[in-house]
Amino acid sequence: MMKNSSHLAIEAHDLTKIYYRGSEEILAVNRVDLSIEEKQFVSFVGPSGSGKTTLINILGCLDNPTSGRLDIFGKNIFDEGETLTEGKLTRIRREIFGYIFQKFYLVPTLTVLENVILPFTFYRKVGAEEDVEKVLKLLGIDHRKNHLPGEISGGEMQRVAIARALVNKPRILLADEPTGNLDAHRSEEIGEILRELNQKERLTVILVTHNLGLAQKAERIVELRDGMLKRLQTDG
Amino acid sequence: MISIFQIAYKNLLRKKTRSVLTILGISLAAWVLTSLFGFNRGYELSLNKDIDNLGYQMLVTAKGCPYEAATLMLKGGTGLRYLKQEVAEQISKEPEVEKITPMVMQAIFDPNKGESGGIAAYLGVDPKTFPQMKGFLQFKAGSWFTDPDAYEAVLGYEAAELEQREVGDLLLIPEKNVELRVVGILSRTGTQDDGTIFLPLSTVQKIFSVKGELTGIGIKLKKETDISGFEERMYALPDVQVVSLSQVKNTIMTLVSTAKVMVFSIALIAVLISIMGVVNTILMSVMERRQEIGILKAMGALAKDIFRLVWFETLILCFTGGLIGVVLALGTSKITDLLIRRVLPYTPSGGLVKIDSLLVVFTMGLISLVGLFSGLYPSWKAGKVRPLETIRSEVE
Repeated sequence: MMKNSSHLAIEAHDLTKIYYRGSEEILAVNRVDLSIEEKQFVSFVGPSGSGKTTLINILGCLDNPTSGRLDIFGKNIFDEGETLTEGKLTRIRREIFGYIFQKFYLVPTLTVLENVILPFTFYRKVGAEEDVEKVLKLLGIDHRKNHLPGEISGGEMQRVAIARALVNKPRILLADEPTGNLDAHRSEEIGEILRELNQKERLTVILVTHNLGLAQKAERIVELRDGMLKRLQTDG
Repeated sequence: MISIFQIAYKNLLRKKTRSVLTILGISLAAWVLTSLFGFNRGYELSLNKDIDNLGYQMLVTAKGCPYEAATLMLKGGTGLRYLKQEVAEQISKEPEVEKITPMVMQAIFDPNKGESGGIAAYLGVDPKTFPQMKGFLQFKAGSWFTDPDAYEAVLGYEAAELEQREVGDLLLIPEKNVELRVVGILSRTGTQDDGTIFLPLSTVQKIFSVKGELTGIGIKLKKETDISGFEERMYALPDVQVVSLSQVKNTIMTLVSTAKVMVFSIALIAVLISIMGVVNTILMSVMERRQEIGILKAMGALAKDIFRLVWFETLILCFTGGLIGVVLALGTSKITDLLIRRVLPYTPSGGLVKIDSLLVVFTMGLISLVGLFSGLYPSWKAGKVRPLETIRSEVE
């Protein structure tokens, strides 16, 4: 089951996350063991409340687990009971992850190009600036770069959000319900883009979705139920 | 690359009306502050100039109301009470006295003055001592009186314009039906002398039948004289009131201080309101953008980056408001001057509102400081937003 750790993007062992709502204890992620290979495209599916977003938040260093261990590209991030500060988590995120969410969160008064290069204001990887035009072209929004978000379609807005996630050359792209605000046609387009990014750009892609059609774009589908992994399906 | 400053600026453009209203609030506070500090500075400077231009350090008048005496000293007055001319001779014998100049002020109603008439004031001065005491006075045309008893007048710059008289013209004293020949017109001094009509002392005494009477005696003391000691001795003279320059200044500043305290309070309230306005605007903007801030943090922004971003937004609002306020204060300083003149019991003759580059820098610095202070809490609050909360609230 466990792969050679030198090829693993993510390796989680016994990951657990417990929330407290008042005095009620909620076991959102229950002792999850999981490996994701480098350059793999994995979809997480499951009903609402199954813990997939909580799990992906921990895998994406947006949250600390309650217990368990997490290694990313062979480097230990969380060890038993260890909690990282927000600053440390941010520094890890800068280096490794790009995020796409259901809402696009584009700044309405910035142009498409300005929105895409917004992450550079806070952090810029060496050589990242030179690839901006390439990213815009790859996502088919280069002709829209001087437009404001209000002047483009929902599908184009999500492409801008993807470009923004890619601009700092992440090693893993995390997409949490990226098509939740889009119609079937646009969802299909975004699914294709994610597949192309995985296949052509060799980017590790982790997708969380309710949309089974979209999930099947991935080479591997992981189902979560009650915070536990139910089935690991490897798709050719 | 887009700078944090550009992002802050463009963020403010999202809610233009809200930003404009906040800027307006700050500019009003800055306007009041600049005008107030300008007044504080201008009033004292003008008062000092007026006092320096008197040419004497002390004025002796008949015993009466000290405020009336102060007004008489600075602005002229009817001087209802009189001193005997012998008092002047007595004072001139004092060893500390360098020079004295006796004066008599008279005022009568002139029906031809203005639309519904007005008070015309005449200052009788000693042709020997007064020009020496006021060595800085220069003539636009003509000169001082030809004879100590001559029926002649010297007009201040504004008095000449108001009466529309030139050297050689005749000037009628209403009620008395006496004509005087204008022999000199003074250059502009920026003091109350500009509006004064000067006559020889004895001529005024004759025309107004106050022979041997004076309304005031200006005294210039020798250097290193103990002024307060001399003042004490003057008080020993019967029915005499002594007004020194420092006293006059203090009396007037006391009168003005009440108005100043009121305006200071208003300015303080205006600044406090604008601080609340800024905090409210920025805090609302932060609350509305919580998810977006969370995304920025997911993208790699640290808490300090978000703090800086929001702080810049506050600074832009405050700096712009401050700049507009200062420009407004500069543009309306003449109107402010006029309004203050209507409200205050006494105003010196020079400009009352003096706004210089130092004051502009000071006000801008103060408003920026207010901005820095106001932005602290919203910026700290924004910096604390966790990306996870963003995603959770999105899921919910």
